[in-house]
Amino acid sequence: MTQETASEEKKRNPIVPFLRIPEDPKEEPYLWGSKCKACGAVFLGERIACGKCGDTDPLEEVHLSDEGEIYVFSVVHQTVPGLEAPYVAAIIDLPEGVSVRGNVYGLDPENPSPEWFGKKVRMYTEKVRTDREGNDVIAAKFRVLN
Amino acid sequence: MRDVAIVGAGMIKFGRYPDKDVVSLAADAAIGALKDAGISINEVEMVASGNLYQSNAMIGQRIMKEIGATGVPVVNVANACATGSTAFREAYMAVASGMYDVALAIGSEQMGKMGLLGAGGGNRDYSTEGVMGTGLMPGVFGQAGVEHMRKYGTKMEHFAKISVKNHKHGVHNPYAQYQQETPLEDVMNARMIAWPNTLYMCCPTGDGAAAAVLMSAEKAKQHTTKPIWVAASALTSDPWQERNPTMFDVNTLTRNAAKLAYDQAGIGPEELSQVELHDCFATAELIHYENLGLCGDGEAGDFIDRGDPQIGGRIPVNASGGLLSKGHPLGATGVANILEIVWHLRGQAGGRQVENSKVGLAHVIGLGSACTIHIIKK
Ligand SMILES: [Zn+2]
Repeated sequence: MTQETASEEKKRNPIVPFLRIPEDPKEEPYLWGSKCKACGAVFLGERIACGKCGDTDPLEEVHLSDEGEIYVFSVVHQTVPGLEAPYVAAIIDLPEGVSVRGNVYGLDPENPSPEWFGKKVRMYTEKVRTDREGNDVIAAKFRVLN
Repeated sequence: MRDVAIVGAGMIKFGRYPDKDVVSLAADAAIGALKDAGISINEVEMVASGNLYQSNAMIGQRIMKEIGATGVPVVNVANACATGSTAFREAYMAVASGMYDVALAIGSEQMGKMGLLGAGGGNRDYSTEGVMGTGLMPGVFGQAGVEHMRKYGTKMEHFAKISVKNHKHGVHNPYAQYQQETPLEDVMNARMIAWPNTLYMCCPTGDGAAAAVLMSAEKAKQHTTKPIWVAASALTSDPWQERNPTMFDVNTLTRNAAKLAYDQAGIGPEELSQVELHDCFATAELIHYENLGLCGDGEAGDFIDRGDPQIGGRIPVNASGGLLSKGHPLGATGVANILEIVWHLRGQAGGRQVENSKVGLAHVIGLGSACTIHIIKK
Protein backbone atom coordinates (compact mmCIF):
# COMPACT_ATOMS: atom_id res chain seq x y z
CA MET A 1 0.00 0.00 0.00
CA THR A 2 1.47 3.37 -0.97
CA GLN A 3 1.50 6.30 1.39
CA GLU A 4 -1.13 8.20 -0.64
CA THR A 5 -3.73 5.48 -0.48
CA ALA A 6 -3.11 5.00 3.24
CA SER A 7 -3.76 8.68 3.99
CA GLU A 8 -6.91 8.63 1.87
CA GLU A 9 -8.33 5.74 3.84
CA LYS A 10 -11.04 7.31 5.95
CA LYS A 11 -12.16 5.64 9.13
CA ARG A 12 -15.62 5.61 10.65
CA ASN A 13 -14.94 6.49 14.27
CA PRO A 14 -17.60 6.24 16.96
CA ILE A 15 -18.18 9.51 18.88
CA VAL A 16 -18.24 7.60 22.18
CA PRO A 17 -16.32 4.46 23.18
CA PHE A 18 -19.56 2.59 23.97
CA LEU A 19 -20.75 2.74 20.35
CA ARG A 20 -19.19 -0.05 18.30
CA ILE A 21 -18.97 0.09 14.51
CA PRO A 22 -18.16 -3.36 13.12
CA GLU A 23 -15.54 -3.59 10.37
CA ASP A 24 -18.01 -5.47 8.18
CA PRO A 25 -20.34 -2.81 6.70
CA LYS A 26 -23.15 -5.39 6.60
CA GLU A 27 -23.17 -5.50 10.38
CA GLU A 28 -25.12 -2.83 12.23
CA PRO A 29 -23.38 -0.54 14.74
CA TYR A 30 -24.49 -1.11 18.31
CA LEU A 31 -24.13 0.19 21.85
CA TRP A 32 -22.32 -2.01 24.32
CA GLY A 33 -21.66 -2.13 28.01
CA SER A 34 -20.22 -4.14 30.87
CA LYS A 35 -22.14 -6.21 33.38
CA CYS A 36 -20.94 -7.02 36.89
CA LYS A 37 -20.95 -10.78 37.45
CA ALA A 38 -21.44 -10.29 41.19
CA CYS A 39 -24.35 -7.82 41.39
CA GLY A 40 -25.62 -7.53 37.82
CA ALA A 41 -25.14 -3.76 37.49
CA VAL A 42 -24.68 -2.63 33.87
CA PHE A 43 -22.41 0.21 32.75
CA LEU A 44 -21.80 1.85 29.39
CA GLY A 45 -18.54 0.81 27.75
CA GLU A 46 -15.57 -0.69 29.53
CA ARG A 47 -15.06 -0.87 33.30
CA ILE A 48 -12.10 -1.61 35.55
CA ALA A 49 -14.33 -2.65 38.44
CA CYS A 50 -17.98 -2.50 39.45
CA GLY A 51 -19.04 1.00 40.52
CA LYS A 52 -22.00 -0.42 42.42
CA CYS A 53 -20.58 -3.22 44.57
CA GLY A 54 -16.83 -2.75 44.11
CA ASP A 55 -16.29 -6.26 42.72
CA THR A 56 -12.98 -6.42 40.84
CA ASP A 57 -13.53 -9.54 38.72
CA PRO A 58 -13.54 -8.75 34.98
CA LEU A 59 -16.98 -7.56 33.91
CA GLU A 60 -18.90 -9.31 31.16
CA GLU A 61 -19.47 -7.47 27.89
CA VAL A 62 -23.11 -6.95 26.94
CA HIS A 63 -24.59 -6.02 23.59
CA LEU A 64 -27.21 -3.36 24.35
CA SER A 65 -30.59 -3.16 22.64
CA ASP A 66 -31.19 -0.64 19.91
CA GLU A 67 -34.65 0.04 21.30
CA GLY A 68 -35.41 1.81 24.53
CA GLU A 69 -37.81 4.35 25.99
CA ILE A 70 -37.67 7.98 26.97
CA TYR A 71 -37.33 8.42 30.72
CA VAL A 72 -37.04 12.21 30.83
CA PHE A 73 -35.96 14.98 28.47
CA SER A 74 -35.23 18.66 28.07
CA VAL A 75 -35.37 20.75 24.94
CA VAL A 76 -32.13 22.66 24.59
CA HIS A 77 -32.54 26.04 22.88
CA GLN A 78 -29.32 27.79 23.86
CA THR A 79 -26.24 25.75 23.11
CA VAL A 80 -22.62 25.92 22.05
CA PRO A 81 -21.83 27.78 18.82
CA GLY A 82 -22.17 25.81 15.61
CA LEU A 83 -24.92 23.44 16.78
CA GLU A 84 -28.43 23.34 15.45
CA ALA A 85 -31.03 24.13 18.13
CA PRO A 86 -33.51 23.46 19.54
CA TYR A 87 -32.96 19.74 20.10
CA VAL A 88 -34.73 17.19 22.24
CA ALA A 89 -32.13 15.86 24.70
CA ALA A 90 -33.41 12.77 26.46
CA ILE A 91 -32.37 10.15 28.94
CA ILE A 92 -33.21 6.83 27.32
CA ASP A 93 -33.67 3.71 29.42
CA LEU A 94 -32.48 0.52 27.76
CA PRO A 95 -33.96 -2.85 28.73
CA GLU A 96 -30.58 -4.10 30.02
CA GLY A 97 -30.88 -1.74 33.02
CA VAL A 98 -28.64 1.07 31.84
CA SER A 99 -29.48 4.47 30.37
CA VAL A 100 -27.97 6.53 27.59
CA ARG A 101 -28.14 10.21 26.62
CA GLY A 102 -29.65 10.80 23.22
CA ASN A 103 -31.05 13.30 20.80
CA VAL A 104 -34.56 12.20 19.89
CA TYR A 105 -36.07 12.97 16.49
CA GLY A 106 -39.69 12.74 15.41
CA LEU A 107 -40.98 15.01 18.20
CA ASP A 108 -41.87 18.69 17.90
CA PRO A 109 -39.30 20.57 20.00
CA GLU A 110 -41.58 23.59 20.22
CA ASN A 111 -44.26 21.58 22.01
CA PRO A 112 -42.71 19.52 24.76
CA SER A 113 -45.29 17.28 26.35
CA PRO A 114 -45.76 14.80 29.20
CA GLU A 115 -46.91 12.41 26.44
CA TRP A 116 -43.25 11.96 25.56
CA PHE A 117 -42.59 10.05 28.78
CA GLY A 118 -42.18 6.36 28.09
CA LYS A 119 -42.20 6.76 24.31
CA LYS A 120 -40.39 3.95 22.52
CA VAL A 121 -37.37 5.01 20.50
CA ARG A 122 -34.97 3.20 18.18
CA MET A 123 -31.29 3.93 17.70
CA TYR A 124 -29.73 4.73 14.37
CA THR A 125 -26.27 6.00 13.50
CA GLU A 126 -25.32 9.04 11.51
CA LYS A 127 -22.15 10.85 10.50
CA VAL A 128 -22.21 14.13 12.43
CA ARG A 129 -18.90 15.68 11.37
CA THR A 130 -15.42 15.02 10.03
CA ASP A 131 -12.53 15.04 12.47
CA ARG A 132 -9.25 16.87 11.86
CA GLU A 133 -7.68 13.74 10.34
CA GLY A 134 -10.53 13.45 7.86
CA ASN A 135 -12.29 10.54 9.54
CA ASP A 136 -16.06 10.32 9.80
CA VAL A 137 -17.39 10.88 13.31
CA ILE A 138 -20.40 8.60 13.87
CA ALA A 139 -23.02 9.26 16.54
CA ALA A 140 -25.92 7.21 17.85
CA LYS A 141 -29.24 9.03 17.54
CA PHE A 142 -32.80 8.03 18.34
CA ARG A 143 -36.06 8.17 16.45
CA VAL A 144 -39.51 7.82 17.93
CA LEU A 145 -41.28 4.58 17.02
CA ASN A 146 -44.91 4.92 16.11
CA MET B 1 -15.43 17.28 68.25
CA ARG B 2 -15.55 20.77 69.71
CA ASP B 3 -18.22 23.42 69.16
CA VAL B 4 -17.29 25.89 66.42
CA ALA B 5 -18.55 29.47 66.12
CA ILE B 6 -18.74 31.78 63.11
CA VAL B 7 -17.43 35.11 64.36
CA GLY B 8 -16.61 37.01 61.18
CA ALA B 9 -18.45 37.41 57.87
CA GLY B 10 -17.27 39.30 54.79
CA MET B 11 -18.52 39.35 51.22
CA ILE B 12 -18.37 41.48 48.11
CA LYS B 13 -21.35 42.20 45.88
CA PHE B 14 -21.47 39.47 43.24
CA GLY B 15 -21.18 40.77 39.69
CA ARG B 16 -18.62 41.42 36.99
CA TYR B 17 -15.22 42.88 37.82
CA PRO B 18 -13.26 42.76 34.57
CA ASP B 19 -10.66 45.24 35.90
CA LYS B 20 -9.83 43.26 39.03
CA ASP B 21 -8.26 39.87 39.53
CA VAL B 22 -9.75 37.14 41.68
CA VAL B 23 -7.09 37.46 44.39
CA SER B 24 -8.02 41.08 45.07
CA LEU B 25 -11.74 40.21 45.15
CA ALA B 26 -11.02 37.44 47.65
CA ALA B 27 -8.75 39.71 49.69
CA ASP B 28 -11.60 42.24 50.01
CA ALA B 29 -13.93 39.58 51.38
CA ALA B 30 -11.27 38.15 53.72
CA ILE B 31 -10.41 41.55 55.18
CA GLY B 32 -14.13 42.18 55.64
CA ALA B 33 -14.48 38.93 57.59
CA LEU B 34 -11.43 39.69 59.77
CA LYS B 35 -12.72 43.19 60.58
CA ASP B 36 -16.15 41.81 61.35
CA ALA B 37 -14.53 39.35 63.76
CA GLY B 38 -12.41 42.10 65.26
CA ILE B 39 -9.12 40.30 64.66
CA SER B 40 -6.09 40.70 62.42
CA ILE B 41 -4.65 38.14 60.02
CA ASN B 42 -1.96 37.42 62.64
CA GLU B 43 -4.50 35.60 64.78
CA VAL B 44 -5.57 33.23 61.97
CA GLU B 45 -4.00 29.79 62.42
CA MET B 46 -5.26 28.03 59.30
CA VAL B 47 -6.76 29.06 55.93
CA ALA B 48 -8.98 27.09 53.55
CA SER B 49 -9.50 28.67 50.13
CA GLY B 50 -12.07 27.51 47.62
CA ASN B 51 -11.70 28.37 43.94
CA LEU B 52 -12.74 26.14 41.05
CA TYR B 53 -11.62 27.57 37.70
CA GLN B 54 -8.14 28.38 39.02
CA SER B 55 -7.81 25.39 41.30
CA ASN B 56 -4.16 24.86 40.31
CA ALA B 57 -3.15 28.50 40.84
CA MET B 58 -2.55 28.52 44.60
CA ILE B 59 -5.19 31.19 45.09
CA GLY B 60 -5.21 30.74 48.90
CA GLN B 61 -1.51 31.50 49.28
CA ARG B 62 -1.77 34.42 46.88
CA ILE B 63 -4.57 35.89 48.98
CA MET B 64 -2.29 35.60 52.02
CA LYS B 65 0.45 37.46 50.16
CA GLU B 66 -2.09 40.28 49.76
CA ILE B 67 -3.50 40.37 53.26
CA GLY B 68 -0.58 39.10 55.36
CA ALA B 69 1.66 36.13 54.58
CA THR B 70 1.99 34.71 58.07
CA GLY B 71 3.22 31.29 57.01
CA VAL B 72 0.26 29.33 58.43
CA PRO B 73 -1.10 26.22 56.67
CA VAL B 74 -3.20 27.06 53.60
CA VAL B 75 -5.23 24.47 51.68
CA ASN B 76 -6.79 25.02 48.27
CA VAL B 77 -10.10 23.31 47.70
CA ALA B 78 -11.95 22.42 44.49
CA ASN B 79 -15.27 20.57 44.66
CA ALA B 80 -17.47 21.74 41.78
CA CYS B 81 -20.25 24.12 42.86
CA ALA B 82 -19.70 23.00 46.46
CA THR B 83 -16.12 24.33 46.38
CA GLY B 84 -16.71 27.24 48.80
CA SER B 85 -18.78 25.24 51.25
CA THR B 86 -16.20 22.45 51.20
CA ALA B 87 -13.50 25.02 52.05
CA PHE B 88 -15.75 26.22 54.89
CA ARG B 89 -16.06 22.64 56.07
CA GLU B 90 -12.25 22.19 56.02
CA ALA B 91 -11.92 25.26 58.26
CA TYR B 92 -14.75 23.96 60.46
CA MET B 93 -13.04 20.57 60.87
CA ALA B 94 -9.69 22.22 61.60
CA VAL B 95 -11.25 23.98 64.60
CA ALA B 96 -13.66 21.21 65.62
CA SER B 97 -10.81 18.70 65.77
CA GLY B 98 -9.01 20.84 68.35
CA MET B 99 -5.99 21.38 66.14
CA TYR B 100 -6.61 25.10 65.63
CA ASP B 101 -8.60 27.80 67.45
CA VAL B 102 -9.01 30.31 64.61
CA ALA B 103 -9.54 29.43 60.93
CA LEU B 104 -10.38 31.51 57.89
CA ALA B 105 -12.51 30.11 55.05
CA ILE B 106 -12.51 31.99 51.76
CA GLY B 107 -14.46 31.26 48.60
CA SER B 108 -13.76 33.10 45.36
CA GLU B 109 -14.36 32.85 41.64
CA GLN B 110 -13.94 34.94 38.55
CA MET B 111 -16.05 33.67 35.67
CA GLY B 112 -16.55 36.80 33.64
CA LYS B 113 -19.04 36.22 30.88
CA MET B 114 -17.93 32.65 30.31
CA GLY B 115 -21.15 31.40 31.79
CA LEU B 116 -22.31 27.87 32.22
CA LEU B 117 -21.89 27.17 28.53
CA GLY B 118 -18.24 28.09 28.60
CA ALA B 119 -17.07 24.99 30.38
CA GLY B 120 -16.11 21.89 28.47
CA GLY B 121 -13.30 22.20 26.00
CA GLY B 122 -11.55 18.96 25.08
CA ASN B 123 -11.67 17.57 21.55
CA ARG B 124 -14.57 19.33 19.87
CA ASP B 125 -14.60 16.80 17.01
CA TYR B 126 -15.81 14.17 19.45
CA SER B 127 -18.06 16.38 21.57
CA THR B 128 -21.40 14.66 22.09
CA GLU B 129 -23.27 17.86 22.93
CA GLY B 130 -26.36 18.28 20.79
CA VAL B 131 -25.84 15.01 18.91
CA MET B 132 -26.15 12.58 21.81
CA GLY B 133 -28.27 14.51 24.27
CA THR B 134 -26.93 17.24 26.51
CA GLY B 135 -24.41 17.74 29.26
CA LEU B 136 -24.97 21.48 29.50
CA MET B 137 -26.19 22.55 32.92
CA PRO B 138 -29.49 24.18 31.83
CA GLY B 139 -30.49 20.94 30.07
CA VAL B 140 -29.25 18.67 32.85
CA PHE B 141 -31.25 20.59 35.45
CA GLY B 142 -34.12 20.84 32.97
CA GLN B 143 -34.21 17.03 32.92
CA ALA B 144 -34.09 16.92 36.74
CA GLY B 145 -37.21 19.14 36.84
CA VAL B 146 -38.88 17.14 34.09
CA GLU B 147 -38.37 14.01 36.18
CA HIS B 148 -40.49 15.68 38.89
CA MET B 149 -43.10 16.50 36.22
CA ARG B 150 -43.15 12.84 35.23
CA LYS B 151 -43.53 11.60 38.80
CA TYR B 152 -46.00 14.16 40.14
CA GLY B 153 -47.52 16.13 37.25
CA THR B 154 -45.64 19.32 38.16
CA LYS B 155 -46.12 22.18 35.69
CA MET B 156 -43.72 24.70 34.22
CA GLU B 157 -45.60 27.41 36.19
CA HIS B 158 -44.49 25.83 39.45
CA PHE B 159 -40.85 26.28 38.50
CA ALA B 160 -41.53 29.78 37.18
CA LYS B 161 -43.08 30.82 40.51
CA ILE B 162 -39.78 30.01 42.21
CA SER B 163 -38.00 32.48 39.95
CA VAL B 164 -40.64 35.11 40.80
CA LYS B 165 -40.18 34.51 44.54
CA ASN B 166 -36.39 34.57 44.51
CA HIS B 167 -36.16 37.70 42.41
CA LYS B 168 -38.65 39.36 44.77
CA HIS B 169 -36.39 38.49 47.70
CA GLY B 170 -33.26 39.57 45.84
CA VAL B 171 -34.50 43.14 45.48
CA HIS B 172 -33.51 43.67 49.13
CA ASN B 173 -30.06 42.07 48.92
CA PRO B 174 -27.28 44.60 48.28
CA TYR B 175 -24.86 41.72 47.58
CA ALA B 176 -26.97 40.36 44.70
CA GLN B 177 -25.89 40.75 41.10
CA TYR B 178 -29.51 41.46 40.10
CA GLN B 179 -31.95 43.32 42.33
CA GLN B 180 -34.90 43.17 40.06
CA GLU B 181 -38.37 41.63 40.26
CA THR B 182 -39.48 39.30 37.50
CA PRO B 183 -43.28 38.93 37.29
CA LEU B 184 -44.65 35.48 36.40
CA GLU B 185 -45.60 36.56 32.88
CA ASP B 186 -42.05 37.75 32.20
CA VAL B 187 -40.53 34.54 33.54
CA MET B 188 -42.87 32.35 31.47
CA ASN B 189 -42.33 34.37 28.30
CA ALA B 190 -38.59 34.92 28.63
CA ARG B 191 -36.26 33.33 26.12
CA MET B 192 -36.21 29.54 26.52
CA ILE B 193 -32.78 28.25 27.51
CA ALA B 194 -33.53 24.56 28.11
CA TRP B 195 -37.13 23.56 28.67
CA PRO B 196 -38.66 24.15 31.15
CA ASN B 197 -36.01 26.67 32.28
CA THR B 198 -36.32 30.11 30.68
CA LEU B 199 -33.68 32.82 31.03
CA TYR B 200 -35.00 34.03 34.40
CA MET B 201 -35.03 30.49 35.73
CA CYS B 202 -31.26 30.15 35.20
CA CYS B 203 -28.75 31.74 37.57
CA PRO B 204 -26.40 34.36 36.16
CA THR B 205 -22.68 33.69 36.38
CA GLY B 206 -20.10 36.24 37.38
CA ASP B 207 -17.40 37.09 39.87
CA GLY B 208 -17.59 37.01 43.64
CA ALA B 209 -15.94 36.33 46.96
CA ALA B 210 -17.08 35.57 50.50
CA ALA B 211 -15.17 34.73 53.67
CA ALA B 212 -15.85 33.54 57.21
CA VAL B 213 -13.81 33.49 60.41
CA LEU B 214 -14.37 30.39 62.54
CA MET B 215 -13.32 30.00 66.16
CA SER B 216 -13.43 27.55 69.01
CA ALA B 217 -16.03 28.37 71.67
CA GLU B 218 -13.43 29.63 74.12
CA LYS B 219 -11.81 31.91 71.58
CA ALA B 220 -15.16 33.13 70.26
CA LYS B 221 -16.21 34.31 73.72
CA GLN B 222 -13.22 36.66 73.76
CA HIS B 223 -14.50 38.40 70.64
CA THR B 224 -18.28 38.37 70.75
CA THR B 225 -21.16 38.00 73.19
CA LYS B 226 -23.40 36.61 70.43
CA PRO B 227 -21.55 33.86 68.56
CA ILE B 228 -23.29 31.97 65.78
CA TRP B 229 -22.78 28.22 65.95
CA VAL B 230 -22.18 25.54 63.35
CA ALA B 231 -24.67 22.91 64.48
CA ALA B 232 -23.95 20.50 61.62
CA SER B 233 -21.58 20.08 58.70
CA ALA B 234 -22.26 17.29 56.20
CA LEU B 235 -20.59 16.41 52.92
CA THR B 236 -21.68 13.61 50.61
CA SER B 237 -20.94 12.28 47.14
CA ASP B 238 -23.07 10.17 44.82
CA PRO B 239 -23.93 6.67 45.85
CA TRP B 240 -24.42 4.30 42.90
CA GLN B 241 -27.67 4.88 41.06
CA GLU B 242 -28.91 3.11 37.95
CA ARG B 243 -29.09 6.10 35.56
CA ASN B 244 -26.10 7.99 36.93
CA PRO B 245 -23.79 9.31 35.39
CA THR B 246 -25.84 9.29 32.17
CA MET B 247 -28.37 11.33 34.12
CA PHE B 248 -26.86 13.22 37.04
CA ASP B 249 -28.64 12.44 40.28
CA VAL B 250 -28.98 15.63 42.33
CA ASN B 251 -31.47 14.07 44.74
CA THR B 252 -29.90 11.10 46.50
CA LEU B 253 -26.76 12.81 47.77
CA THR B 254 -28.81 15.79 48.97
CA ARG B 255 -31.15 13.46 50.87
CA ASN B 256 -28.17 11.66 52.38
CA ALA B 257 -26.52 14.93 53.42
CA ALA B 258 -29.79 16.21 54.91
CA LYS B 259 -30.19 13.12 57.03
CA LEU B 260 -26.60 13.41 58.31
CA ALA B 261 -27.01 17.12 59.06
CA TYR B 262 -30.36 16.79 60.87
CA ASP B 263 -28.93 13.94 62.95
CA GLN B 264 -25.84 15.97 63.87
CA ALA B 265 -27.86 19.05 64.78
CA GLY B 266 -30.47 16.99 66.60
CA ILE B 267 -33.34 18.78 64.87
CA GLY B 268 -35.77 18.11 62.06
CA PRO B 269 -36.70 20.27 59.09
CA GLU B 270 -39.81 21.56 60.89
CA GLU B 271 -37.56 23.35 63.38
CA LEU B 272 -35.72 25.41 60.74
CA SER B 273 -36.37 29.15 60.63
CA GLN B 274 -35.10 29.43 57.05
CA VAL B 275 -33.15 27.73 54.27
CA GLU B 276 -30.62 28.85 51.67
CA LEU B 277 -30.56 26.13 49.02
CA HIS B 278 -28.82 25.61 45.70
CA ASP B 279 -31.17 27.16 43.14
CA CYS B 280 -28.76 27.15 40.19
CA PHE B 281 -31.95 26.65 38.19
CA ALA B 282 -35.58 27.06 39.26
CA THR B 283 -36.13 23.37 38.60
CA ALA B 284 -33.42 22.53 41.16
CA GLU B 285 -35.03 24.53 43.95
CA LEU B 286 -38.35 22.74 43.59
CA ILE B 287 -36.91 19.26 43.89
CA HIS B 288 -34.76 20.27 46.87
CA TYR B 289 -37.88 21.28 48.86
CA GLU B 290 -38.54 17.56 49.02
CA ASN B 291 -34.91 16.44 49.24
CA LEU B 292 -34.42 18.60 52.34
CA GLY B 293 -37.70 17.45 53.87
CA LEU B 294 -39.30 20.92 53.82
CA CYS B 295 -42.40 19.19 52.43
CA GLY B 296 -43.35 15.63 51.63
CA ASP B 297 -42.52 13.85 48.37
CA GLY B 298 -44.78 15.07 45.60
CA GLU B 299 -45.85 18.15 47.58
CA ALA B 300 -43.33 20.68 46.22
CA GLY B 301 -45.81 22.09 43.70
CA ASP B 302 -48.36 22.83 46.43
CA PHE B 303 -45.56 24.12 48.67
CA ILE B 304 -44.67 26.90 46.20
CA ASP B 305 -48.33 27.49 45.24
CA ARG B 306 -49.15 28.19 48.90
CA GLY B 307 -46.26 30.63 49.25
CA ASP B 308 -44.68 28.56 52.02
CA PRO B 309 -41.09 29.32 50.91
CA GLN B 310 -41.45 33.10 50.66
CA ILE B 311 -40.38 35.52 53.37
CA GLY B 312 -43.30 35.57 55.80
CA GLY B 313 -44.30 32.07 54.71
CA ARG B 314 -44.01 28.85 56.67
CA ILE B 315 -40.31 28.30 55.92
CA PRO B 316 -38.60 31.05 53.92
CA VAL B 317 -36.26 29.67 51.25
CA ASN B 318 -33.55 31.78 49.63
CA ALA B 319 -34.33 35.06 51.40
CA SER B 320 -31.08 36.25 49.79
CA GLY B 321 -32.73 36.03 46.39
CA GLY B 322 -30.92 32.76 45.78
CA LEU B 323 -28.42 32.16 43.06
CA LEU B 324 -31.09 33.31 40.59
CA SER B 325 -30.64 36.88 41.92
CA LYS B 326 -27.25 36.76 43.57
CA GLY B 327 -25.38 35.04 40.78
CA HIS B 328 -23.28 31.92 41.10
CA PRO B 329 -19.52 32.51 41.18
CA LEU B 330 -18.82 28.83 41.80
CA GLY B 331 -16.12 28.97 44.49
CA ALA B 332 -17.81 31.82 46.40
CA THR B 333 -21.36 30.46 46.42
CA GLY B 334 -20.99 27.96 49.25
CA VAL B 335 -19.52 30.46 51.70
CA ALA B 336 -22.06 33.13 50.71
CA ASN B 337 -24.99 30.79 51.44
CA ILE B 338 -23.70 30.26 54.97
CA LEU B 339 -23.08 33.98 55.55
CA GLU B 340 -26.65 34.76 54.53
CA ILE B 341 -27.90 32.58 57.38
CA VAL B 342 -25.40 34.24 59.76
CA TRP B 343 -26.73 37.72 58.93
CA HIS B 344 -30.33 36.64 59.51
CA LEU B 345 -29.46 35.04 62.85
CA ARG B 346 -27.72 38.27 63.86
CA GLY B 347 -30.66 40.38 62.67
CA GLN B 348 -28.48 42.13 60.10
CA ALA B 349 -30.32 41.14 56.91
CA GLY B 350 -32.02 44.51 56.33
CA GLY B 351 -35.07 44.55 54.07
CA ARG B 352 -34.99 40.79 53.54
CA GLN B 353 -34.72 39.90 57.25
CA VAL B 354 -36.53 36.73 58.30
CA GLU B 355 -38.06 37.74 61.63
CA ASN B 356 -36.85 35.98 64.72
CA SER B 357 -34.65 33.54 62.82
CA LYS B 358 -33.06 31.03 65.19
CA VAL B 359 -31.68 28.26 63.02
CA GLY B 360 -31.01 28.02 59.32
CA LEU B 361 -29.80 25.47 56.78
CA ALA B 362 -27.38 26.19 53.93
CA HIS B 363 -27.26 23.66 51.08
CA VAL B 364 -24.98 23.50 48.06
CA ILE B 365 -24.66 20.84 45.43
CA GLY B 366 -22.01 20.35 42.78
CA LEU B 367 -22.54 17.89 39.96
CA GLY B 368 -20.20 15.06 39.62
CA SER B 369 -20.67 15.12 42.72
CA ALA B 370 -20.53 16.92 46.06
CA CYS B 371 -23.27 18.09 48.39
CA THR B 372 -22.73 20.10 51.55
CA ILE B 373 -25.28 20.97 54.17
CA HIS B 374 -24.51 23.22 57.10
CA ILE B 375 -26.98 23.93 59.88
CA ILE B 376 -26.26 27.22 61.58
CA LYS B 377 -27.87 28.38 64.82
CA LYS B 378 -27.83 31.18 67.39
ZN1 LIG C 1 -21.26 -5.22 41.12
